[in-house]
Amino acid sequence: MPYSDATIQLLSPEGTIVSSDAADEYQPIIDALSDEQLREFHRTMVVTRRFDVEAANLQRQGQMGLWVPSMGQEAAQVGSGFAARKQDHIFPAYREHAIAMIRGVDVLDIVRMLRGVTHGGWNPVTSKNFHLYTLVIGSQALHATGYAMGIQLDGATATGDPDNDEAVIVYYGDGATSQGDVSEAFVFAASYQTPQVFFLQNNHWAISVPVSTQSRTPLYLRSTGFGIPGIQIDGNDVLASYAVTRKNLDEARAGNGPRFIEALTYRMGAHTSSDDPSKYRADAEVEFWATRDPIARFETYLRGRGEGDAFFADVATQAEDLALDIRQRTHEIETPSTDKMFDHVYSEPHPLITVQKQWLADYEAGFGA
Amino acid sequence: MTIDSMPMAKAINAGLREAMNNDPKVLLMGEDIGPLGGVFRVTEGLQAEFGEKRVLDTPLAESGIIGTAIGLAMRGYRPVCEIQFDGFIFPGFDQITSQLAKMTNRHEGHVTMPVVIRVPYGGHIGAVEHHQESPEAYFAHTPGLRLVSPSTPNDAYWMIQEAIQSNDPVMFFEPKSRYWPKGDVDRTASTFPLHATRVIREGTEVTLVGHGAMMAVLLQAAELAAEEGTSIEVIDLRSLSPIDYDPIIVSVQKTGRLIVAQEAPGFVSVGSEIAATVTERAFYSLEAPVLRVAGFDAPFPPAKLETIYLPDVDRVLEAVDRALAY
Repeated sequence: MPYSDATIQLLSPEGTIVSSDAADEYQPIIDALSDEQLREFHRTMVVTRRFDVEAANLQRQGQMGLWVPSMGQEAAQVGSGFAARKQDHIFPAYREHAIAMIRGVDVLDIVRMLRGVTHGGWNPVTSKNFHLYTLVIGSQALHATGYAMGIQLDGATATGDPDNDEAVIVYYGDGATSQGDVSEAFVFAASYQTPQVFFLQNNHWAISVPVSTQSRTPLYLRSTGFGIPGIQIDGNDVLASYAVTRKNLDEARAGNGPRFIEALTYRMGAHTSSDDPSKYRADAEVEFWATRDPIARFETYLRGRGEGDAFFADVATQAEDLALDIRQRTHEIETPSTDKMFDHVYSEPHPLITVQKQWLADYEAGFGA
Repeated sequence: MTIDSMPMAKAINAGLREAMNNDPKVLLMGEDIGPLGGVFRVTEGLQAEFGEKRVLDTPLAESGIIGTAIGLAMRGYRPVCEIQFDGFIFPGFDQITSQLAKMTNRHEGHVTMPVVIRVPYGGHIGAVEHHQESPEAYFAHTPGLRLVSPSTPNDAYWMIQEAIQSNDPVMFFEPKSRYWPKGDVDRTASTFPLHATRVIREGTEVTLVGHGAMMAVLLQAAELAAEEGTSIEVIDLRSLSPIDYDPIIVSVQKTGRLIVAQEAPGFVSVGSEIAATVTERAFYSLEAPVLRVAGFDAPFPPAKLETIYLPDVDRVLEAVDRALAY
């Protein structure tokens, strides 16, 4: 049982509202949500899962070299993703497909990246401040911290206006907590009291290595020694993810320094399409987490609030529509021209690049003559 | 014309001050660069002048310095990071080579990375392990980075400002043994582009190419050779990535002999790259193979052996003799 007395849970695995001192503190944030916002939580979780399944299938059909599944982690992502305000900057790891969707990224761009036609895929400036995926584990924690330092230097935070004050949220996993960069990011964030939230999705496995190898103490305790308050939530509870992230991002943007959230969740699928989890983890563990599925739990909750079949049918249709759209457009993705190798290596001309780009063009043209 | 005589450390200080006055987005960050002014005093007085928000004394973490500089650049700042010593750069290697260098490319041009990394480098100062190295080849090998190294106070004054103006990451290698000798600095205008090599002594029989602290050795070698009747041309690379080859090729077409000299180990180095390229581009002009004079392919030795390890005038002249013997 991964949960402890410290774990903040607002919605039980059975889909009922939890009452506790800790939960009651966050309940007003949930009470302020409209029915439409709650529906949007559910819709985004379901659509993301369908997208994830579709993309995994497309990988199996040879349309992508690799797929990175997010199944099981929808609540951690959707709750925290909606908790970020429009002016906030989000630095993902590489599995945050739901948050990409929330920030308006065309998720085909993720497919494009994993198909091998780009190393990036979208422009953070025009994608509602959703930054690029980063594959070197944990390195984005420092970029996020530097960005938060910049917000602070600009005076764009801690003015007392939560609708405009900016903050940063950075995502990473349990494996990344062992990386030096994540610790260094804690150090810098604490030193400069940056407006940011570190959001750890503890999905319990760093490829094949269990979280017990990364840490012998609960990870939410990690930050305290750095001078950053840490808090643990049930990451499969979208309400806890939303409320706790909302509150802590607002604390950070109010000038109260950085915060750390550990969301306990589970990677239901493989690390990537190249992985085989049957070699290292027990079925019983997967079954345990299946009973704590974030989407089923939230559906029960919404039905309890009177949400009817029509809504769920509508969401299912929307999910199928997206899957169809992704399937069709994946087949239409074009291989980039060879110029793409050379463009943007530098932002200003560089003779080596200029010469090699021209050489390759001449060489290729030679075959056509 | 405003000409002042000053050492390179002061010239860089003056260049940084100028850049900070010209652009409020220029920030300095590094270890001990505030009240202390850096271990070499290059940033002396700048925190007092510009405040703690423009001159950041950072935690002692090189990856942290570079990684947060990347985030600051994404936000529109132009960070100038000081790495305390050459051999301390490696904890920041991933952030420099896998993150900073590739960020513009990964973003397909949507993001630029105007970050300068100042690296005091090289030997001749009798220091302990990790304090006298020349690691430039690791970074010259990495697409996305620009590398420069001034050899005079005047170049240092202008090149640091031009590096800060670049929208690409620039690694600014400061030859620390040249921090103290004075030279004239003309503050009127820059007369040479950042990435241009420069012929600093004309000659007809052998071309010597180097960078940074090597230049003083090469000039001295040319002087001694002239006394013996050998005419040597000396070229200061100034830029290690990109390398401005045209003046080197023109020179080799004249002299027919090229010797590249550097403090760094010779194996897979900037000098080897120049040797290969000049052989390709000026093969029929060469009267002798391109020779390398370099640090030995051993770890930089304890200080009492450094004068043996580092290429000196005699090792350069020995190579000149070998080249002329063909």
